Amino acid sequence: MKTIITSSGKGEDQLFDLRFGRAAWFCLYDDTTDLMDFFENKHIDAPSGAGAKVVEELIEMGVNKVISGDFGPKAKDLLEKFNIQMVILKDDHKSIKEIVENFKS
Amino acid sequence: MPRKTRLRKVVEPPRFKGYRPFGVNAKNKDGIDLHYEEYEAIKLADYDLMNHKEAAEIMGVSRPTFARIYESARRKIAQALVETKNINTVYGNAIMDKDWFVCNKCHARFNIPKGMDSEKCPACNSINIESLNK
Repeated sequence: MKTIITSSGKGEDQLFDLRFGRAAWFCLYDDTTDLMDFFENKHIDAPSGAGAKVVEELIEMGVNKVISGDFGPKAKDLLEKFNIQMVILKDDHKSIKEIVENFKS
Repeated sequence: MPRKTRLRKVVEPPRFKGYRPFGVNAKNKDGIDLHYEEYEAIKLADYDLMNHKEAAEIMGVSRPTFARIYESARRKIAQALVETKNINTVYGNAIMDKDWFVCNKCHARFNIPKGMDSEKCPACNSINIESLNK
């Protein structure tokens, strides 16, 4: 299962980003290989619909779960349509590593 | 023939079945039916202090329609207060926003989409989860 976590930078020690469409980076975690892959958000400066554009990319990657701080209405509708699980976390002082360890165990 | 009423999205149904005035002698049982979407309109506009445009988007209706729902809600509540009537909440034309859950251990909120039947929290694997749509 592939999981996306919004991150404020590259690397597993970076802090979790509360934004979804305008998150700085994304961390892709695949639990079959136990690998983390980081990629930058191309739509961070999009004038509108950043969330929806990100969702389209995630659908192409075959992501099953997205962990972020909040989702906009457009992103929510799309994620729901494609049966992707949304997880909303409040705590913003966690690193990507801690979040992954939390749901792995 | 008028168009079918569009369903209004409601994030959370009211946590009460109704309100009853006290200190009145009249024993009339008839009350006023306040729809879920009317309660939601009052909540969004007067409790969450949103403007009508934002609130209308959340409920999935146009701004004028939102204004009508909101007006109807205010008038019903006013009528109930003045005529000392009960307020009953009824379902109306509402649809629950989504099947959302909250984890009691790590306070993560999440939905469980179709085809995923796990009954545990996706953030900490706790099984102590609770539905938000009660």
